[in-house]
Amino acid sequence: MAKQLFSGNEAIAFGAYEAGVHVATGYPGTPSSEIMPALIPYPEVNIEWSVNEKVALEVAIGSSYSGARSLVTMKHVGVNVAADPLMTLSYTGVKGGLVIISADDPNCNSSQNEQDNRHFARFAKIPILEPSNSQEAFDFTKEAFSLSEKYKTPVMLRVTTRVCHTKTPVSSEGKRQEIKIEGFTKDPSCYVMIPAHARKKHVVIEKRLLDLQKESDASSLNYVEKGERSVGIITSGLSYQYVKEAADGEWIFKLGMSYPLPINKIREFTKNLEKVYVVEELDPFLEKELIYNGIKVEKRDKKFYLGELNTERVMEILGKKDAVLEGDKPEKIKDIPLRLPVLCPGCAHRSVFQVLRDMNYIVTGDIGCYTLGTLPPLSALDTCVCMGAGIGNAQGIYKTKKDERLVAVIGDSTFVHSGITSLINAVYNKNKITVIILDNRTTAMTGGQPHPGIDQTVRGEKTKALDFEELGRALKVDYVKTVDAYQKAELQESLEIAEKTDGVSLIIAKRDCVLLKKRETSKE
Amino acid sequence: MTKNENTDIVICGVGGQGVILASKVLATAALLQGFDVKASEVHGMAQRGGSVLSQVRIGKEIFSPTIPLCKASTCLSFEELEALRYLPYLKEKAMIVVNNKRIDPLLVELKQAKYPENVIDLLKEKGFNVSSINGEETLKEKGFPLKALNILLLGVASKTIPIAEEFFLTAIEKSVPLKTVEINKEVFMLGRSF
Ligand SMILES: Cc1ncc(C[n+]2csc(CCOP(=O)(O)OP(=O)(O)O)c2C)c(N)n1
Ligand code: SF4
Repeated sequence: MAKQLFSGNEAIAFGAYEAGVHVATGYPGTPSSEIMPALIPYPEVNIEWSVNEKVALEVAIGSSYSGARSLVTMKHVGVNVAADPLMTLSYTGVKGGLVIISADDPNCNSSQNEQDNRHFARFAKIPILEPSNSQEAFDFTKEAFSLSEKYKTPVMLRVTTRVCHTKTPVSSEGKRQEIKIEGFTKDPSCYVMIPAHARKKHVVIEKRLLDLQKESDASSLNYVEKGERSVGIITSGLSYQYVKEAADGEWIFKLGMSYPLPINKIREFTKNLEKVYVVEELDPFLEKELIYNGIKVEKRDKKFYLGELNTERVMEILGKKDAVLEGDKPEKIKDIPLRLPVLCPGCAHRSVFQVLRDMNYIVTGDIGCYTLGTLPPLSALDTCVCMGAGIGNAQGIYKTKKDERLVAVIGDSTFVHSGITSLINAVYNKNKITVIILDNRTTAMTGGQPHPGIDQTVRGEKTKALDFEELGRALKVDYVKTVDAYQKAELQESLEIAEKTDGVSLIIAKRDCVLLKKRETSKE
Repeated sequence: MTKNENTDIVICGVGGQGVILASKVLATAALLQGFDVKASEVHGMAQRGGSVLSQVRIGKEIFSPTIPLCKASTCLSFEELEALRYLPYLKEKAMIVVNNKRIDPLLVELKQAKYPENVIDLLKEKGFNVSSINGEETLKEKGFPLKALNILLLGVASKTIPIAEEFFLTAIEKSVPLKTVEINKEVFMLGRSF
């Protein structure tokens, strides 16, 4: 088939499709969000936006136990949410191949941190594949499913923003591998992790890791490119591409499978080299593994633990700083004003924040378009830790000082993702806070995906919508009120009632995201 | 090094101006011409009026998805200030196609920062080969939709890019909604005739 241009995300979706994936679940999050929509055209694949990453993984685990090939997509911090099932999934193992996409975001282009999720794979004792372009994203996704079934282990495919959002040519067979689903067979010693079973399974995991290490040594994903000097570079994922740009005569060890390391192959590689550099983005993950295994490598300066790499930075790591520009002088103009993202004109979040600012509230919040409420001129949002955190944070502040003007704001998608349990906590523990759900009927921040609060699935099919007001009453919230987010007086009035209420209050500030209509009409 | 035979192109603007589509058309055309290509963009917060940058690299074999400093031969900027922001990527005397439009960032609106004066003159003083276009006016005059700004600017820049006209036109067919294919082709040819 002729080569096509695919982003890394599209390549993952098509790779999974060709690998015969039956079930794909996930929760949106930049830079992973485009994988799921790329599967919409294929009715053979059962896809869903799950309520959060934990549930997404749990659903995929069930499918995998039944013998179906299952894909789970999320951004790096999503794996924090899914960590609980992940750690024990490693124990139970899989039946149908199960591949977890972890889309990391070095440089925090659209994230609250730049954690390096390769640690998660080591933590859970599962293999990692790291593609460096779309062709590899496509090929490695297929490989990940085979590897998963061969070793009965979940596999992490770790990509980064640059891989997800760069379009590069991909050639494919254009054929789907059809795999029959066997169905679930009872096997408690395998699937029920009571201590007696788990202890035995831990032995299996340690053995599996040794087998995987042999696999890694033999794998064609890990290979050497010959050099002309006695200097070597060990690299994985996207970093390889910068190395190719920066290298002149060094030997290169390219890791496609970066955990467990092909340690024997690497030992062989370094044997006759005088100097070995490790080029990797973010944490010294490979570096530490190599040093632990007694392989002498140059240590990277700590400044390279931060942010994205690029050709210039890789040159510097390789001790070639002076050669970077070869006499060129980049033209730099001072004092160019930053262009920060802002809330859209007409965004209802703005109106809510204006009221909260004018009423002098402490506002705990979290992540969504509404996080932008922290920037001037609104300057109205005071905390943002992770999705759902605002409701808990408010309760902690309430415990320290009960007469504070305090409110937690949360987006509708985020409320369903991880706000509901926290609201239950408030009622149960008599933490008398006020919560405002900013209900714009979409997951706006990540591109407008549907969620359980509206009556639409990922494929646009009708479904049941969660009713926030009824939910609030069922949770025994003391004051529940829905207002139009544009009507500031109405919002102010309900906030005043909430203040006087001796208990927990829930205000649902409703108004469609202004991009919602635009998106709907552009689909037509 | 022999790795600089690529054609590296910076496409920049403000969220919502159509930077990403322009880069898709360009990259698709490059692939049709038989080149290796990488088109790298950072979106996410983009649609909310942030600065948007797409880097397109075309050549025999492309490695880094991002353009090393001082290597880009062409810049398409949909807004004046954004052209300044990405100058470090450009070669000496690079071609800059810039839309004569000023969109004030929030910090300028709040008077916490100043929008630089006479951007076009500044670019010329620096020795760049500047082609400045009143994109929106041109489109309005000819009765084209303002949304086609990206294709207009791509048309203007296309002459400096080693890709045949037919491949650009095919790439447009493959990239824009069916209803707007003809209009976009016309707009492209208009830009190319400048
Ligand atoms: C655990 C986790 N998953 C996903 C994300 C990415 N993300 C950030 S905010 C958000 C949801 C935003 O939707 P909503 O709460 O409805 O607020 P809106 O953007 O619509 O204002 C998502 C998916 C994240 N930051 N953390
Ligand atoms: S996308 Fe929607 S929620 Fe986000 S800033 Fe724009 S209007 Fe507000």
